[in-house]
Amino acid sequence: MNTLAATQLVAAREVRAKLRDRTFLLSTLIFLLIAAAATTLPSLLSGGPATVAATPEVSAELRAAGLEVREVPDDAAAERAVRNGETDAAVVAGPTVLAREEAPADVVAALSVEPPVRLLDPTPAEPPGAVLVPFVFAFVFLLTSQTFGVQIAQSIIEEKQTRIVEILVAAVPVRALLVGKMIAGTVLALGQIALVALVAVVGLRLFGDSELLNLLGPAIGWFLPYFLLGFVLIAALWAAAGALVSRLEDIGTVAMPVQLVVMIPFFGVIFLSDNAFAMQVLSYVPFSAPTAMPLRLFTGDAAGWEPPLSLALLLVTALAVLAAGARVYEGSLLRTNGNTSLRTAWRERETVN
Amino acid sequence: MLRLDGVDRSFGGRRVLQNVSFDAEAGRMTGFVGGNGAGKTTTMRIILGVLAADAGQVTWRGAPLTRAVRRRFGYMPEERGLYPKMAVREQLVYLARLHGMTAPAAARNTDTLLERVGLADRGNDLLEKLSLGNQQRAQIVAALVPEPEVLVLDEPFSGLDPLAVDTVVDVLKERAAAGVPVLFSSHQLDVVERLCDDLVIISAGTIRAAGSRAQLRATHTAPRYELVVEHDAGWLRDHPGVTLVELEGARAVFELPRGTDEQPVLHTALARGPVREFRPVVPSLAEIFREVAL
Repeated sequence: MNTLAATQLVAAREVRAKLRDRTFLLSTLIFLLIAAAATTLPSLLSGGPATVAATPEVSAELRAAGLEVREVPDDAAAERAVRNGETDAAVVAGPTVLAREEAPADVVAALSVEPPVRLLDPTPAEPPGAVLVPFVFAFVFLLTSQTFGVQIAQSIIEEKQTRIVEILVAAVPVRALLVGKMIAGTVLALGQIALVALVAVVGLRLFGDSELLNLLGPAIGWFLPYFLLGFVLIAALWAAAGALVSRLEDIGTVAMPVQLVVMIPFFGVIFLSDNAFAMQVLSYVPFSAPTAMPLRLFTGDAAGWEPPLSLALLLVTALAVLAAGARVYEGSLLRTNGNTSLRTAWRERETVN
Repeated sequence: MLRLDGVDRSFGGRRVLQNVSFDAEAGRMTGFVGGNGAGKTTTMRIILGVLAADAGQVTWRGAPLTRAVRRRFGYMPEERGLYPKMAVREQLVYLARLHGMTAPAAARNTDTLLERVGLADRGNDLLEKLSLGNQQRAQIVAALVPEPEVLVLDEPFSGLDPLAVDTVVDVLKERAAAGVPVLFSSHQLDVVERLCDDLVIISAGTIRAAGSRAQLRATHTAPRYELVVEHDAGWLRDHPGVTLVELEGARAVFELPRGTDEQPVLHTALARGPVREFRPVVPSLAEIFREVAL
């Protein structure tokens, strides 16, 4: 059996164990419910088109515009209907639109004539909320990589704490253990996201804004490779962090630096998203590239050659962190009493054939 | 034959193993004894490749160990551990597969061994639901389940109830009979005495003695005899060459210098009166150990 086969076995065990873990199943279920609610509830709660009270003379015109019309005998009755909340608005002689607090845009539009507009340098129309799309992606990436990263670290610590690690490393290379866990984490994370995305897409198709959906398509195409490599990078960091600790209770001491390394670039991207130069820099820094570059691609600021270059940088960094993580892991996995310093773990690696 | 040749190891400048060399022969049970901190666990970890040797090498059938070779070794570490929240059978199958077994063979072996140690009906329970004694049995199965070519067991009997010790002894003897070298450490000298064919004694990181039990007795303890006469055996005190070990009226235990003929002592005794017993005393392992390690 080679390292690859061992890696597969390790990954398969991790996935099986996770799929039986109640906490994991419950959190997935909660995500699915949130996705379903977020995509279906707004349109279910918004109550459809505005209701308008109008006299029979104008009612046909309003109906043709897709509004729900309640016919009233005269203008006084129309005003009454608005005042006591029976309808959202009313159209009276003039024509004048009556409403309580805000001008009802759809009623006004139904009665207006828009002049023709010719754009000389048109940009594609963005539906409301489109600006948020890359940030939603960034947030999903942050949340997922942190959640699953911690779990990779926990799984590593658990094997040290229960001491089974000695049997494992006697049988398979340390790299196989480490990479197997990371593959399992990636598969589970992508699986969970895919499931949530599926529910969201179905929800949007059935109840919501399919224009927004069309906009998401190409953005997801770029999000995926960044998510994948970015996840590997952060997972490798967590694996190395987990290797330094020998008891689950102590995970906090190593979690903080890893969380900072992930959070700071994330907030950098959020706060500097209007600064083109900062964003260009951030889209190459491996820790912020997974959020910054998809954002630049989404807004059309990045040239075609940029994503492959930044992806390559990200890949190289991920592999380097992976190798360093494996070395730290090798140097610390038999130190089952107390925490191991990074320096000790780096130096004290066993070099067995 | 598993051979260690001149193995050295230090931890942070402290020398833990110095020129450790011994053999564990195929088909034999080799007991590895020594006090706490003598270097037993470090030696075993080096054999399994969990630790690296600073110098020297370990060979199996004449070839230096590689990872591929070690994967066919069965190992029970001193620090026990399995997955607490995983079903017993499932994790044993997993461990067998990590050692390169196919899924069906791993399942078959697991079932046979669980049956053998009396855990057949607990296979689907989580490990943490088992009693400590039963967890120990599962741990032994973990070492045996990959059908190893070599078995290395660090304190396999500690924590086992007497019944389980018997079961495990039987299983290990079977493996040895099938041609597997079985190297096991223990501080329970009576168990080692009952079980081992060969013995390796380590103290402060150096091998003090290694060989078959009979050999070790012959080389490391003076010939010892027990004599029971009719009346008082006190005269032995003045017999040339005799070192008295015990004297209780008519019964005495004594040693003679190596290579000395014991018959003149018997003749003297007979000349003094009737002799009820005269026999060589086989020293216990504990005595050999005391002789060699201290």
